[in-house]
Amino acid sequence: MKKLLLAAAFSTAALTSGFANAADYQVDIKGAHAFVNFKIQHLGYSWLTGRFNKFDGQFQWDANKPEASSIEVTINTASIDSNHAERDKHLRGGDFLDVKKYPTATFKSTSYKPTGKKAGVLAGDLTLHGVTKRISFPVTQLGEGKDPWGGYRAGFTGTTKLKMSDYGIDYNLGPASTHVEMELHIEGIRQ
Amino acid sequence: MIRNTSTGYGTVAIALHWLMAIAVFGMFGLGLYMVELTYYDSWYRGSLELHKAAGILLALVWLLRLVWRLLNTTPDGLSHKPVENLAAHLAHLALYALLAGLFVSGYLISTADGLGIEVFGWFELPATLTGDNQEDLAGEIHEILAWLLMGLVGVHMLAALKHHFINKDQTLTRMIKPE
Repeated sequence: MKKLLLAAAFSTAALTSGFANAADYQVDIKGAHAFVNFKIQHLGYSWLTGRFNKFDGQFQWDANKPEASSIEVTINTASIDSNHAERDKHLRGGDFLDVKKYPTATFKSTSYKPTGKKAGVLAGDLTLHGVTKRISFPVTQLGEGKDPWGGYRAGFTGTTKLKMSDYGIDYNLGPASTHVEMELHIEGIRQ
Repeated sequence: MIRNTSTGYGTVAIALHWLMAIAVFGMFGLGLYMVELTYYDSWYRGSLELHKAAGILLALVWLLRLVWRLLNTTPDGLSHKPVENLAAHLAHLALYALLAGLFVSGYLISTADGLGIEVFGWFELPATLTGDNQEDLAGEIHEILAWLLMGLVGVHMLAALKHHFINKDQTLTRMIKPE
């Protein structure tokens, strides 16, 4: 259930236009300006939301060469937090994430196809619960520019829906709860 | 007799002993059973609520028993070998300690995110310590302590039977008939 993230960000300022020269960005995990959230239906009656508190990521982005963008994100699966200790313990166990066996989930992009000035479709390999699948999902950029502290930042949002059984997580939560929606909010600081 | 003497147990100590014996077996069985239940089992939630609430009450009984033990004489061991009496005494203390560890670790699982433990609607025990992944560590400790406790309970029972059938002394019967 987790994972997704990826979408990412980019921006740049570098005037270099070489394909390989998109600027490097570090996801702002220290300042906690990035979030890996999830939501899943409870019995079909309501939404349950939660997040992964620990992850890391880097991306390359050049506004002038968006197709050269790429991103990698690694999530600590044990950091799942749904604000309920007993549920989190269950989610970390063998019925769901099995975090002892699969301590991380990763996403590595393989392509980014711009569909507009601030939008595109990101494709890549998601590894979750030991299963790797190629997924793609829409990403939008909120903005980029200088921050008040001397740095340069760019931020993106991406969402996707994962069928948990595709990743070998087949615990029966009921017919309304077979998929989890992942929501990635990422801000990167240009290096 | 309500109180213990140097040769036997009083009714209060005997009642507390057997009440806790039943509760400990019940809690162990319930604990093993409830973690196997799945989402759509009707007792998925209720079994856990019962285990938590009963655990809190058992902790109170444990405390009462400890106080009663300290206020009373502990009957002397019946073995003729001092080392056996000492071993029995240490085993009894270990049973108390393992139970205490189970109460604390169980409490730390359920309260790890700051939620209290509701006891049958009578009262709620508030959370104190909270921390990242506290429920996982506390959960592992809880399970290990539970098995250690049952192992020691097994030794305790075998020792009682050995005293009864082999040594033919009053070790077992004095925990059934008050002095």
